[in-house]
Amino acid sequence: MSAINPDQTTAARLAGMMRAPEPPRVDDPVTKDGSLVEDPAVRAPLVLGNRTFNDVTETVCGYIEKGPGRWWMPAFGLASSVASITGLMVGYLIITGVGVWGLNNHVDWAWDITNFVFWIGIGHAGTLISAILCLLKQKWRTSINRAAEAMTIFAVVCAGMFPGIHIGRVWMAWMLFPIPNSNAIWPNFSSPLLWDVFAVSTYATVSLLFWYMGMIPDFATLRDRAARRLMRQGDNAPTLPIVGVRVDQLRALIYGALSLGWRFSSRHWHTYEKAYLMLAGISTPLVLSVHSIVSFDFATSVIPGWHTTIFPPYFVAGAIFGGFAMVLLLLIPSRILFPGMKDLITLRHLENMAKIILTTGFMVGFAYAMEFFVAWYGANAYERDVFVYNRLMPPFLAGEDGKYAPYWWAYWTMIACNVLSPQVFWIKSMRQSPLVIFIVAFLVTIGMWFERFVIIVTSLHRAFVPGEWGMFYASWVDILTFVGSCGTFLTLYLLFTRFLPQFAMSEIKNVMPQANPHWEGYGHHGHGHSAGGAAAGGHATHHAPQAPKEGI
Amino acid sequence: MANKKIYKTESGELVYGVMAEFANPAELSHAAEKVRDAGYTKWDVYSPFPVHGMEEAMGMKQTNLPILVAIMGLSGATIGFLFQLFVRHMAYPIVHQGKPSDAWQVLIPVTFEFGVIFTAFSALLGMFVINGLPRWNHPLLRKDRFLGVSDDRFIIAIEAADEKFDAQGVKTMFEKAGATAVELVTEEADKRKVKAAH
Repeated sequence: MSAINPDQTTAARLAGMMRAPEPPRVDDPVTKDGSLVEDPAVRAPLVLGNRTFNDVTETVCGYIEKGPGRWWMPAFGLASSVASITGLMVGYLIITGVGVWGLNNHVDWAWDITNFVFWIGIGHAGTLISAILCLLKQKWRTSINRAAEAMTIFAVVCAGMFPGIHIGRVWMAWMLFPIPNSNAIWPNFSSPLLWDVFAVSTYATVSLLFWYMGMIPDFATLRDRAARRLMRQGDNAPTLPIVGVRVDQLRALIYGALSLGWRFSSRHWHTYEKAYLMLAGISTPLVLSVHSIVSFDFATSVIPGWHTTIFPPYFVAGAIFGGFAMVLLLLIPSRILFPGMKDLITLRHLENMAKIILTTGFMVGFAYAMEFFVAWYGANAYERDVFVYNRLMPPFLAGEDGKYAPYWWAYWTMIACNVLSPQVFWIKSMRQSPLVIFIVAFLVTIGMWFERFVIIVTSLHRAFVPGEWGMFYASWVDILTFVGSCGTFLTLYLLFTRFLPQFAMSEIKNVMPQANPHWEGYGHHGHGHSAGGAAAGGHATHHAPQAPKEGI
Repeated sequence: MANKKIYKTESGELVYGVMAEFANPAELSHAAEKVRDAGYTKWDVYSPFPVHGMEEAMGMKQTNLPILVAIMGLSGATIGFLFQLFVRHMAYPIVHQGKPSDAWQVLIPVTFEFGVIFTAFSALLGMFVINGLPRWNHPLLRKDRFLGVSDDRFIIAIEAADEKFDAQGVKTMFEKAGATAVELVTEEADKRKVKAAH
């Protein structure tokens, strides 16, 4: 390698033919990868390994241009096979009827709405990271926001399916739109179910706009890299088999169209940043409103266990809690499957998210406790019975009357996963260990699914009079539809890792120390300082290219 | 504008302007200040990310986008509110939950969603309009050096359309400001434009 002169190395790297050589890493015993700094006077680095701007571009674009690795195809094959189950189950449901689910006269909402609330809640962490952490100027969000926003979109896709198919006659779904039906009857704007349609569709649209807007500069980067390779490689550029089109030609075309001709102008950046800030500003109340409105679906009814004023904040906290768990479930394996990511998603990022899990876990724990307090304090016999005899009481603690909650196992799964499991994050070594975080995130995801199951099914299965009592048993269609929706989610996420930039490159570059014109490495005046961290050794060379001055 | 000069290369191509590359954000900011102080108006700074303090260094005016977005957002909310009122009170009046058909309280959630969606679209589309996007071709985008901006390069370009533009003067100024490379940028070979210039 040393025989190649530096210009050739640079050229090869620019042409996307060579990856930067990896410097050997030694973990520090205290700060681990270097991000877990204890000293409050020292800002923890957001990008590790003394990376240059070019390294960030190479890392992020490399996975798109050269592919994520050999694991991707089998993973995609598996995920998309599971996703295809969704299609089969939905098709079966439509041609047969909602009776193929385990629903009955008592429990007329079950896994369908559980899955809907579960998925829509997961989406909320993405918006929280991209919007609320943006307004709070939390710079660590830059490494995780793109993936989290992608997760939001895909979760909303999975969520949107369930209300669409649970209505039974799917071909009547157009009646959700604010248009009169053939009898000149309009939808009822005072119904929370209609608010929900507006909230979720607005949320999906705004999340998509936000995601796309963030990607415009990164699309432009991919476009420019493809264009440069075409200039350099000429006729030697690799082509697609059979079709014979040059791969980079296709990239320049597609990413070029998506980038809308973005050219990194400072005047454009100025407007762009303002627009981005406004989108963040409007997404913040939006994300809080969406899950509040979802909770109105329940809270405005008179069913004991649903008719509760604490639902909006309780649902929002739960959504953020479950969503962060899903972000971690996706990013922790990503750090292993995409080794270059470890410099961008540091242990500090994971620790911060673990702390958010712990905090929001307390919020949902408080909400669970408060429901019981209000049921007791409100002195409503029906509500008290819902909480004690529909949810809480396990058979082995039943009194002499032998009354116990048939769904006690669901309730206690929820408590164990959502309230107890995050408590390990009080211990520093636990919240700094990716494996432990992954396990807790997995438990939280299960717990949050059970939370919605508990709210929906246990409240419905025993209403006011015993004649309305009955159990719910999930059918195989219920189960496979949910499994299929997980496959759909994973398929979309895998496609995202393959074809779209997983990191907001321009935002990450912006939080690197050398992005600041007043960075100490530049001095305060004078010329000729090379950017990109002199400590990085071999990396500094790309920044101050000694290009010959060209005359006019 | 009567004596507007038209710059052409010896081969007859129209000159778009001159671009210069700088080593890092610090150099770029200093150079931008110099260009600003020299009184140029049609010029721009290109960087892989928004450089902190560049608005001041370039003497840029605040964008009007927030005002546009506020107007659009409030209009959206108003439209949403009136639309629901029309539906509930006029098109299909029903007494629901014992509430009068013109009760405004129940209209708030959907009014909010209308406001949000108008705000979001106007922020994004307004940004495109103000920035003159989408635009799929640009003289600068044909320059190999310029394409490096999307990675890690920093460039300033002054357009020939600027009143004060003078190729040699601009070049000298860039070199004094510490440019690592200065390049002439020509317009795309549009035959009609070249003909009109003759």
